[in-house]
Amino acid sequence: MSIFDIFTNQLLNGIVLGSFYALVALGYTMVFGVVKLLNFAHGELYMVGGFAGFLVLSFLAPYLGPGWLGVAVSLVLAMIAVGFLGVVIERVAYAPMLSAPRLSILITALAVSLVLQNGMLTLTKGQYVPFGAALGFGGVKLGNLFISYNQMILVGVAAALMLALELFVSRTQYGRAMRAVSVDKDMARLMGINVNAVIAITFFLGSALAAAAGSMAGAYYGSLWYFMGFLIGLKAFTAAVIGGIGSIPGAMLGGLILGLLESFGTQLPGVGSEWKDVFSFSVLILVLVFKPTGLLGKPEQERM
Amino acid sequence: MAQFPERPSAWGGLATLLDTPQKRYAAIAVILVAMAVAPYIFGSYGTVILTNALLYVLLALGLNIVVGYAGLLDLGFAAFFAVGAYTVGITTLHFGLNFWLALPLAVLLAIVAGIVIGAPTLRLRSDYLAIVTLGFGEIVRITARNLRETGGASGLIGIDSPWLFGWHIRTPLDFYYVFCALAILGVIASVRLANSRLGRAWLYVRHDEDAAEAMGINRVKVKLAAYVVGAIYGSIGGAFFAANLGAISPESFSFRQSVLILMAVILGGMGKIPGVILGAFIVILAPELLRDFGDLRLLIFAVGLLLIMLFRPSGIWPARSKR
Repeated sequence: MSIFDIFTNQLLNGIVLGSFYALVALGYTMVFGVVKLLNFAHGELYMVGGFAGFLVLSFLAPYLGPGWLGVAVSLVLAMIAVGFLGVVIERVAYAPMLSAPRLSILITALAVSLVLQNGMLTLTKGQYVPFGAALGFGGVKLGNLFISYNQMILVGVAAALMLALELFVSRTQYGRAMRAVSVDKDMARLMGINVNAVIAITFFLGSALAAAAGSMAGAYYGSLWYFMGFLIGLKAFTAAVIGGIGSIPGAMLGGLILGLLESFGTQLPGVGSEWKDVFSFSVLILVLVFKPTGLLGKPEQERM
Repeated sequence: MAQFPERPSAWGGLATLLDTPQKRYAAIAVILVAMAVAPYIFGSYGTVILTNALLYVLLALGLNIVVGYAGLLDLGFAAFFAVGAYTVGITTLHFGLNFWLALPLAVLLAIVAGIVIGAPTLRLRSDYLAIVTLGFGEIVRITARNLRETGGASGLIGIDSPWLFGWHIRTPLDFYYVFCALAILGVIASVRLANSRLGRAWLYVRHDEDAAEAMGINRVKVKLAAYVVGAIYGSIGGAFFAANLGAISPESFSFRQSVLILMAVILGGMGKIPGVILGAFIVILAPELLRDFGDLRLLIFAVGLLLIMLFRPSGIWPARSKR
């Protein structure tokens, strides 16, 4: 393979990876924007989303088949189910804690994440679960570069979801309310905005996007694992920080940048795929140290 | 007139319960005797479990300084534990260093690691810090997994057990008493620190960073001190852990390890030494009692942690009795 082929291949890999990161990063950034909470459980929602998609698909496959139609319907149902799970988590675990010291909220969020992770560990006995989708292996060949239909659809769906979210936040009344709450919660409440409803919508959308990523990852990679949310949770947080936490376009940009950094980073001499995660976490630490506001974020004062 | 709350004591409610020196000496004597005879009551398997619990007491006391005293969430504490264990493993195996020379080196390296990771990040928001420590913990584990010097995924084996003034510390019983001594030293250091000028600075920073800064406390320096002291505890625990088992592997230092230590701190009651000790014993002994539950036990712990945070954030150890 020539240098150019390696380049285009890694570019494609980076875009696919970046789409997953971006979808999950959006949830981090939205929740953070509205309630200033780092939702540690977000990566687990991606994992639960994958399993929800698997469960729906195994019920629907006899009727709709394990192909595109079945996967698409399971994706939508998994998004709705996990969206509600996100709202329930917010109501049960986070809402009572929002006025508590920050340390307590962080530990609560960690506890929620551990409950989801170990709950799934108990259900699956720690085994990998085959997703059960059959999407075929077709694709398009451009020179030496092979782009599968799966990759195209995956990136297309991710882009469509992100576009829909961007339109929702920038064009609708709820989106405006969401932006208002993220600027000043108390003032928004005085202006007649139902802050609790806005928080619920935010958690619903963020969780649903994570579930979409989880289901697509299950269909694309073929298997699920109870621990799959841990790493992507960290990576997506990194993406959100690179883009500037609280900024929706930033999360998309950050996801793409991190995906590309990882796929090209592993081509560097001495990095290799076994050092891939060290590379990403080092990027995270460097960005936090030198530009904690990220590329598109606004400087923010810590709550006093 | 407004009533000022009393400064929280590291002893939890124990100080009011044991209010005379006689009662205190009696309590200390009972604990020491119990520690000395425990191996003969619980048998050889029980001794191994108790040794492990004492290791967790030491680690949890260290993390308690970071989380309980200074109020910083550290999700990568196992990294310092790993630095201690691997430094002893590598230097004694590859360079033939004596354990007692490897130990200070391990502590020194952990301090350096604490400063390197802490100095730039302790200025950040507290939740960023939690994620950075999580990332740091993973970096250390993956590095240990990938390097040849650390033995890769299978780790290091055949680490020598140390000698101390002609006493070869090698049986589980020997190590039990060594960990007893370490835990006692850890408790004494924790109490002295809590009552020191630095301990008061941690308390102020935990309660109100900006007010503390206004009072002339350098918050970054004070937080860094907590981080470094925690690293010292972790590396000492790791060094003796390596000497005790004679073998270490990267999976002993995973995120789950950091979480277990954190659970020990929070379940019992962060900031309170008896609470932290209780938490460490719960984390180690409960799996022994819940053995039949298999994978469920981690779920039980996780649910327990969530319930504690929602309904009793001060932990299981009772809050100080009101006078």
